[in-house]
Amino acid sequence: MKNGFTVFIAALVVLGASWTAFVLGAAVQLGHEKNTTVLNSSDVYPLQRAGDAAFGLDVYRANACAACHTEQVQQSGMACDVVLTSAGKNPTAVSNLVATLKLIGIPEVEADAAADKITALGGKVETRILATGGDIARGWGIRHSVAADYLYDYPVQLGSLRVGPDLAAIGVRLANANVLLQHLYAPKSVTPNSAMPPFKFLFEVRPIGATPSPDALNLPKEFAPASGYEVVPKPEAKQLVGYLLSLRADVPLFEAPFTPPTPATNAPATK
Amino acid sequence: MNVNEKSNGDCVSPSQIDASCRVPSLALFGGAALWLVVGLALALIASIKFHQPAFLADCSLLTYGHVQAAANDLILYGFAIPAALGVLLWIFARLSQAELVLPLVPVVAAHIWHVGVLLGTIGILTGNSTGFAWLEYPRLVFPLLLVAFILIAISAVATFGQRKERELYPSHWFLLAALLWFPWIYSTANIFLVVWPVRGVGQAVINWWFVNNLLFVWLALVGLGVAFYFLPKLGGKPLHSRFWAQFAFWTLTLFGTFLGIPQGAPVPAWYPAASALASSLLIIPLIAIAIIFVKTVCGANVSCKGGPFCYIKFGTVAFLLSGLMTIAVSCPHFSQITRFTWFETAQTQLQLFGFFAIVILGGAYEILPRVMGSPLPFPKFIRFQHWCFMLGTLLLVGSLAVSGIQQGLHDYSFDLALPALRISTLGLFFLLLGSLMFAANIFVMTIKWNLALGKTVLAAVIAPLKTAEVKS
Repeated sequence: MKNGFTVFIAALVVLGASWTAFVLGAAVQLGHEKNTTVLNSSDVYPLQRAGDAAFGLDVYRANACAACHTEQVQQSGMACDVVLTSAGKNPTAVSNLVATLKLIGIPEVEADAAADKITALGGKVETRILATGGDIARGWGIRHSVAADYLYDYPVQLGSLRVGPDLAAIGVRLANANVLLQHLYAPKSVTPNSAMPPFKFLFEVRPIGATPSPDALNLPKEFAPASGYEVVPKPEAKQLVGYLLSLRADVPLFEAPFTPPTPATNAPATK
Repeated sequence: MNVNEKSNGDCVSPSQIDASCRVPSLALFGGAALWLVVGLALALIASIKFHQPAFLADCSLLTYGHVQAAANDLILYGFAIPAALGVLLWIFARLSQAELVLPLVPVVAAHIWHVGVLLGTIGILTGNSTGFAWLEYPRLVFPLLLVAFILIAISAVATFGQRKERELYPSHWFLLAALLWFPWIYSTANIFLVVWPVRGVGQAVINWWFVNNLLFVWLALVGLGVAFYFLPKLGGKPLHSRFWAQFAFWTLTLFGTFLGIPQGAPVPAWYPAASALASSLLIIPLIAIAIIFVKTVCGANVSCKGGPFCYIKFGTVAFLLSGLMTIAVSCPHFSQITRFTWFETAQTQLQLFGFFAIVILGGAYEILPRVMGSPLPFPKFIRFQHWCFMLGTLLLVGSLAVSGIQQGLHDYSFDLALPALRISTLGLFFLLLGSLMFAANIFVMTIKWNLALGKTVLAAVIAPLKTAEVKS
């Protein structure tokens, strides 16, 4: 390599390869992504965040919450539960068969085989799909996160470090604005060994006026302000909580299928 | 090469070349030393928050996320890049056997750069970060840093064009590629993420690509380019084969640039798959670099004694380790444990401090006495600082790696990760101590130089006019 120009051109090509793949590729493939529909439904997904939730994303960014929290649920695989919905005309044979089969948490192939055996005897079954993996077991989500979950977000803040729990489905897991506000003001009042710093600057401690604020936090004694004072969330705190509540990721999609839990009233009688 | 050029070349003595780099070096190293100290102080504050989460929590400027991001960016943009450019300019001038071309341009650029870093840090602390990792500086900083870098690159390339020896030295390839690659990735990331952002999760892919290409590839290109210059120069043995260096260069740029998309990311599967494949191939350049290193260093006839040679040897070994850690975290099986844990942070810190900072500081310590034409004010600090940095890196990276594996094995439990995490504070303390020694050396030098300059100016001003000149 004697000539600087040759090196320059060759470096341009080599370095440009990853640019073409990961920048141009991403901009074309992912940058033109459109919203999709929920599996087995005509509902559009995702919907744009509205109101407080949209502003809250900016509060999340400004306070760099993503330094300690991820917003991406991982999944290691899928498992199937085969559920008997009707025993058919030959209930004893079906129930004998069901007693010999493993039907919970099995791979798809085995689930299909079991379903075939049961239907051959006249029973009716429903195969339920469940996501599996550490994050799912911890209750951090129902399915793994997919590209569609972040379609309208700017900036997309996936996070890379889990000092605290994942927040991809915090709106499902902890759907209580008051608890979330209290957690922001005094994390240790909700989770005693929390490592999260308190975000007191998102709240206002002020003397209780003629009428106490309806928004005032209801804090345990050791975290409460001096008597005659109340802790009221500033707009930023409310927006942040609105954003957290909007983090749900709880619908099945083509690339992340699962069988949503059926409402209790419609539950089929098993056995 | 014509005869005329050659005779010119013979006229430029090494000390003249060194002197031409004096002001640019001071401008680049001075700011870098300051930002390194400030950055490490902020990193220390962030680390203390693990001992006591409520520490400085009520001040919105100093909340953990702000301090951590500001510290990271100060160490990378404030210290690593300008210091590296200072070393690069000197190496280019020396390799060209010519004085630095346009020496004033890097001085102006260094000031633009440092103002940009200052504005960016204020932006992060006041909650105006962009929200993208390692690219937190707000939008207005982007043109400042880009212009400053390009100005320095112009001076470097112009000096490169003056070279007397037409054939390129291996360091040339690495450093020229780095001069090309930074403006490319930095402007790409800013344009696609900040100025005209792409939609949805494409932002995350571009951000990962940028972070890998800056933190792994760019730092590797510059650090290795500098190491391949100084190891033979200080060790007194020639670099072991242009062939291996060439091989390492092309495989590193080809495979290394594709790393960075984490396994299990919520993106189409081919992105992480391409990264995993590239990371397994990364072993090839690592082996080549190990061969170059061993064959160049073994039998080198120099006693180390904590001097620049030691710095650069340690740094190159740290790079090999950091490369192995990169391969580990990209491997689908092992990444199940290390994903989202401190282990990934440990790799970054090893790359930044163990490899890059040490190599660049070693280079800077070698350069400073030459460009100033006077010995360092505190020459013993070189050795102390080497110990501080080795110990600090070991404590920081080791403890973060251990706590990361604890986290990964135990449901991301913070309590189990905490004991090791607390040791990392100690590591940062030693790094801060070391960086203060560098700052002391460079600031005392700068002040002395300014005083001397002032005296010269004063002497020139008050010198009596020669009457003969006035008459004529």
